[in-house]
Amino acid sequence: MSGLAVNNLSVSHGAISALRNVTFSVEPGQLAAVIGSNGAGKTTLLRTLSGLKDASSGNAEWQGREMLGKKPDVLVRRGISHVSEGKSVIPELTVKENLVLGGIWRSNRTDTNAAIAEVVELFPRLGERMGQSADTLSGGERQMLAIGRALVSRPKLLLLDEPSLGLAPLVIEQIFETIDKLRHRLGLTVVLVEQNAMSALEIADTGVIINLGEVVASGKASDLINDPALRAAYLGY
Amino acid sequence: MQKVFETILIGLSTGSIYALMSLAIVLVWRSTRVVNFAQAGQAMASTYIGFEIASRSEIFWLGLVFAIVAGALLGAGVDYFFMRVLFKHANSGPAAVVAPVIATLGLLGLIRSIVGLTWGGEFKSIQTPASTNGFTIGESTIPFSPLNVLIIVTTSIILIALAILFQKTNLGLALRASAYAPEIAQLAGIRTARTRTIGWAIAGGVGGVAGMLVTANNFLSPYSLDLLLVFGFIAAVIGGLESMVGAVVGAFVLGIGLTFILNYVGTSLVFIGGFTVLILVLIIKPDGIMSRGKARRA
Amino acid sequence: MELCREVRPAVRKKILLFILLGWVLLIIGDRVDELRVYQGAQIAMYTIALASIVLLTGYSGQVSLGNGAMMAVGGYAAALTLNNLQTPIWFAFLMAIIASAIFGAILGSAAARLSGPYLAGTTLALAVGLPAIANQFSFLGGEPGILFDVGFPPERFGEEFTQYKWFFWISSVIALVALYITSNILSSRFGRTWRAVRGNALAAELAGVNSSRMKILAFTISSALAGLAGAVFAMNISLVAPGAYSLALSFALVTGAVLAGISSLPGVGFGALILVAIPEIADAIAGSLGSADKLNNYLPGLIVSVLLILSVIYTPNGPGENLRKLLHKKHAK
Repeated sequence: MSGLAVNNLSVSHGAISALRNVTFSVEPGQLAAVIGSNGAGKTTLLRTLSGLKDASSGNAEWQGREMLGKKPDVLVRRGISHVSEGKSVIPELTVKENLVLGGIWRSNRTDTNAAIAEVVELFPRLGERMGQSADTLSGGERQMLAIGRALVSRPKLLLLDEPSLGLAPLVIEQIFETIDKLRHRLGLTVVLVEQNAMSALEIADTGVIINLGEVVASGKASDLINDPALRAAYLGY
Repeated sequence: MQKVFETILIGLSTGSIYALMSLAIVLVWRSTRVVNFAQAGQAMASTYIGFEIASRSEIFWLGLVFAIVAGALLGAGVDYFFMRVLFKHANSGPAAVVAPVIATLGLLGLIRSIVGLTWGGEFKSIQTPASTNGFTIGESTIPFSPLNVLIIVTTSIILIALAILFQKTNLGLALRASAYAPEIAQLAGIRTARTRTIGWAIAGGVGGVAGMLVTANNFLSPYSLDLLLVFGFIAAVIGGLESMVGAVVGAFVLGIGLTFILNYVGTSLVFIGGFTVLILVLIIKPDGIMSRGKARRA
Repeated sequence: MELCREVRPAVRKKILLFILLGWVLLIIGDRVDELRVYQGAQIAMYTIALASIVLLTGYSGQVSLGNGAMMAVGGYAAALTLNNLQTPIWFAFLMAIIASAIFGAILGSAAARLSGPYLAGTTLALAVGLPAIANQFSFLGGEPGILFDVGFPPERFGEEFTQYKWFFWISSVIALVALYITSNILSSRFGRTWRAVRGNALAAELAGVNSSRMKILAFTISSALAGLAGAVFAMNISLVAPGAYSLALSFALVTGAVLAGISSLPGVGFGALILVAIPEIADAIAGSLGSADKLNNYLPGLIVSVLLILSVIYTPNGPGENLRKLLHKKHAK
């Protein structure tokens, strides 16, 4: 299969098991929302998929190739980009430098410049602030910058870790709108990790619910939203 | 009035050498979170190699080039073979906090012993590339010589080159990103380990230049660069260990300050003066004079 | 009262242990030749110096290269007291302890806010500059230094009782007493508090510990120990000079402490033994390689550095820990 296929993935932090036998898949071009509360293991999942952490067992394939155990820089070159949670922007650098960072691994400057131009088109606010230091940006703008930097590497698979974290409700709405818009426009496959279950499932095709390191439910996003038991447990109503 | 002017000039010359050393220290600190005390040893070993070439070819500049190359290779080597092994092994127990510091000290001693065994402890001297006679202005001779000019010019060229490297090139951006936020840099596709080694190589090369310049009018021995390390460290602390610009500014401040002590009080108090400045900065403004308000944690 | 009764047997055991040690040393001292007796005195001296590092770095977590300088303070204080005030020897040693404790408190106050590389760098600066400072003040005797002569052993010990044996006795007694006191301090709440601050300063503060004051206290006591060691050192070589307290000494102390197990007091004997053995081993190697000047000067440093690097990488907590891990593995099987 040419999308993302995760099979029986188990990850531990030393003696503590963080993920146990996690299995799910994402068709190419689809958006999967990974939902769960704090400490469920969602961040560990992304970190393992992007090469920052080693798995203890299981496998994960992207476009038919094994991705576990590879260094992050290898995976970036294969078209996998991970926007980590919270501080994914380097405040000491300017907006432009943060964007250029996403394309340094490429030897071709022209490609990078073209990619940056596309990102600026998607996020015009960034274009206005190119020369500014990244720490002068608002929370929402920083998130846009972080996603923008990931897009500069022209990924096929985008891993997003809680993009709504710490943002005002209005901004959160915008962010989700933007994510939905760009993944359709660029044909991206997206794994969206969120605590904000409702908004995430609304733009998703499929959903995976993780609790204490295990998958407790998965399936079509619309089914998950409408299941009353799940709604009570994870969506709060 | 003239004395003040002379003192400032000499201070600039001394300060510029300290600037190279403190810059190298900050560069390594930012990229690895380790103050590499062995840098004094690396600079010393590079200078000995430069000395060999310079005395055989009788060309100072050739020696300088070799010193830079040797310094870069040593720096890269220390990071690749030593630091990586160190971080892999010593990461638990009460010693984990202190291990890297102690290890670089051990490395300093090791390099010094090897140099001593190879060249012996007698003082060596390097032919200075420019006259050390002071300039004559009108009737009087000031202690500022063509050599001092050469030192200032050389270090300025290097500092400008480094500034261009860091601000305008992709490599510089990668170096800064790997130092500020290694994980984000990794996720952006940068090979941070390799980048860090390059950073160490640059720091090593810069240290080699500092060693050669400071030795041009002095004696070389396995201990002669210790003071350079100490003053480079103090300069880096004055500037706040986090900032490269601060390292340079701190170095000039220290260089000029110490020269004032030298000219107005006497050789005896130079070291004590430097040490007092260090203690004062650490007590009064621990983040250095260029701080942005970040906490001074190791 | 209940606690006292529980504690007493342990205390009594410790005292007995030290007395036994003292007795063993006495017997050994009688049986061996002059060189070994002298080396014994040096080993005793190093155990005190290493104990100061175990306290400061192992327990309180502060990496300082200033203990060599504190040893110098102690040595100079003792010599100056003895020579200028003509006091009995024990008073000179007492002055050494007091003087270095004061300097330690001052250095500690400046250092309390520092950590890691800042502390190491500052104390490195001190260690590098010490000879320069010592050379400045003429009453310190400049480069050649001051003589420190504790005089001959009392006559009632007889003709056979040599000067070095006398040194050996004095240093051993001082070492045993100092180690006993240090051991008590380390197992008291001070020791526990230092370890707590070292492990997590923030948590300790939240638990009501004034970590700055604890750090300064550690520096003071550690410097007092180092000063005492410095005075004993001066006695053994009958001299106090800047060259004896060089950067190399501070390096050697750190090495010995790492080898001892940086937070293990019992290990200081082992560490001290190695430190005294190194020059001998170096001499032997140098001798078989032709005894060039270069070799004699730099080979000991080479051995010390290599040992330091290897031990920091492979046995950062002392060979004791590696042994324990090995035994654990065997048990697990």
